[in-house]
Amino acid sequence: MSEAVHESLPASFGLWRVVKRLWHGSALPVLIVVMAILIFWYAMAIEMNTPWQVRLNERANAEVTWTEFVAQTWNQTKPLLPAPHQIVSEIWDATVGMDFNSRRSLAYHAWVTLSSTLLGFAFGTLLGVGLAIIIIHNDASNRSLMPWIIASQTVPILAIAPMIVVGLGAVGVTGLVPKALISMYLSFFPVVVGMVKGLRSPETIQLDLMRTYHASPGQVFTLLRWPASVPFLFASMRVGIAISLIGAVVGELSNAAGGGLGVRLLTGSYNGQTIQIWAALLLAAALAATLVFLVGAAERVVNAAMGVRT
Amino acid sequence: MTNLQQSIASITGLISLAGLLVALVLGGSVAYLAFFLFGTLSLLRFARPLSLWADGVLALAGTSILMQSLPGFDGTPPYVWLALAAAWFFAWMFIEQLSVALTAEKLPERPFGLVIPVVFGLMLLFFWEVVTRGARIPEVLLPPPSGIWIRIIDSVPMLYADFIQTFVKSVLSGYAIGCLSGFAVAILVDRSPFLKRGLLPIGNFVSALPIIGIAPIMVMWFGFDWPSKAAVVVAVTFFPMLVNTVAGLNEVGSMERDLMRTYASSYLQTLGALRLPAAAPFIFNALKINSTLALIAAIVAEFFGTPIVGMGFRISTEVGKLNIDLVWAEIAVAAVAGSVFYGLIALVERAVTFWHPSVRKKRA
Repeated sequence: MSEAVHESLPASFGLWRVVKRLWHGSALPVLIVVMAILIFWYAMAIEMNTPWQVRLNERANAEVTWTEFVAQTWNQTKPLLPAPHQIVSEIWDATVGMDFNSRRSLAYHAWVTLSSTLLGFAFGTLLGVGLAIIIIHNDASNRSLMPWIIASQTVPILAIAPMIVVGLGAVGVTGLVPKALISMYLSFFPVVVGMVKGLRSPETIQLDLMRTYHASPGQVFTLLRWPASVPFLFASMRVGIAISLIGAVVGELSNAAGGGLGVRLLTGSYNGQTIQIWAALLLAAALAATLVFLVGAAERVVNAAMGVRT
Repeated sequence: MTNLQQSIASITGLISLAGLLVALVLGGSVAYLAFFLFGTLSLLRFARPLSLWADGVLALAGTSILMQSLPGFDGTPPYVWLALAAAWFFAWMFIEQLSVALTAEKLPERPFGLVIPVVFGLMLLFFWEVVTRGARIPEVLLPPPSGIWIRIIDSVPMLYADFIQTFVKSVLSGYAIGCLSGFAVAILVDRSPFLKRGLLPIGNFVSALPIIGIAPIMVMWFGFDWPSKAAVVVAVTFFPMLVNTVAGLNEVGSMERDLMRTYASSYLQTLGALRLPAAAPFIFNALKINSTLALIAAIVAEFFGTPIVGMGFRISTEVGKLNIDLVWAEIAVAAVAGSVFYGLIALVERAVTFWHPSVRKKRA
């Protein structure tokens, strides 16, 4: 019915139409939900930081008005819950406002995390694609590998990340590689599962056509199976890059000297620097979002180039 | 024989021949000589077909001879490595032939289909055992499986206490709260298209974030004991459940909805009789994803402060003390707990979503 009303409105209701489109799109709802979360956050910051602020004010014998008190709860140095603007300004100060090579620069730590994430993601994707190729071509490896690949993900590898880092450090493998191996262990799984599905996605009729052309197994792979699996590859890579970042952050927890966002989380937690923890956390979140977005953008470009109809 | 089988068979035979010669020169024991001799004789399969069970028996013989003789060596003689390689290749040959036989339906799927992954897993453990002990890899780096097993047996009470603290208290309570609240919010959100459009992109976004990072914050808020870990588990499991349930509730087509409307069924009736069953595969998917996430989250959260019990606590402190076998024992417990948890959910899923094509196909 709303459609019919919409059609009968005169052109001067253009503004109304814009509002309507916003309402039915996802931009406005997302914006409103984000605003609600921010308001809730500020309210919670008052609520959670109040007891400590009351004690501070008692010690200082300070009489404050209600508005001043609220402002105080939003600007503590070690708040239980920092207000969003404190985190944003901390991120700003620690990235833009600081020399990149400084140990306190958040941009430096983010770079450390990013590089091991990308290395591990590359390893994981290669391993996943390689395993998938073996699995679809050989039934024995399908039967023997697949159950263990699934079981491998119930091993809480993130939990033993510190041990892997320490163990590999003892044999002289240090720096990015141990962390990247953890990211690899996490990110190969979605790639294997997705690629096995993708490489098997050509239908019998298409495989039969290749056989009538007398195509070699290599040709069947490069001309049919691989192109058919590309959409699956990108879907898996979107999942894979997000978990490789988690792997990198947790891998950093055990090696404080190496730097990275995980180290910022850990030192922040030891020193009670909540703003520092939140800043590292939000930066990791932004990093994850950017990486997933980039993979998605690459997917659109490749799909367009390959003529995928959406 | 296929090309692959021919290559494996020739490599296996040649390794056995090399092993026979080396063992003769260096004076290997009778068991080794016999194993290599029979291994070399397996080359005769090119003249006359050999049963796949012969390969299985040879692989078994090789592994047991190696396991028996390992502790007695001062410095591992080279033919031990040849025996390891030969046993590995025999097992491969066995698996390869078995899978061909299964595909051709010469053997029934029910018991023999399971043999392949079991043999592969056992061979991995065996390989690990022989290499760590044969090459004398320091225990600090990688203990052999037998050492880890002894450690598990020795420290059952401690492992049990850690298991209760981490798995029963933190994981199960957090998992239940997180999944139930994600489910409840999804049902509420589902009634409002506006909220659905607003929350879903955010939920999808948050599920990709490193939520485990909130562990230090939760430790500050809820203290050192298990409630802070359970809180992390709640946060980690909430969003996958929310997103999957909302997606599942939308799975019903307009046809079925219209049918329910012609029956004049109420919102709750439609939900209970049509939409929730249709969403079940998605909900179980979230339950399975969450089962592994929850265990990881609880263990990692313990790195940020904990009472002196718990799997994560044990792992992080024993790594520092270089008691690596205890760490591996803890990992084994975690892996078994995680797999059983996952397996139980998968069993319930099969019972509940018996109508789904992915379940039906397996049964047929």
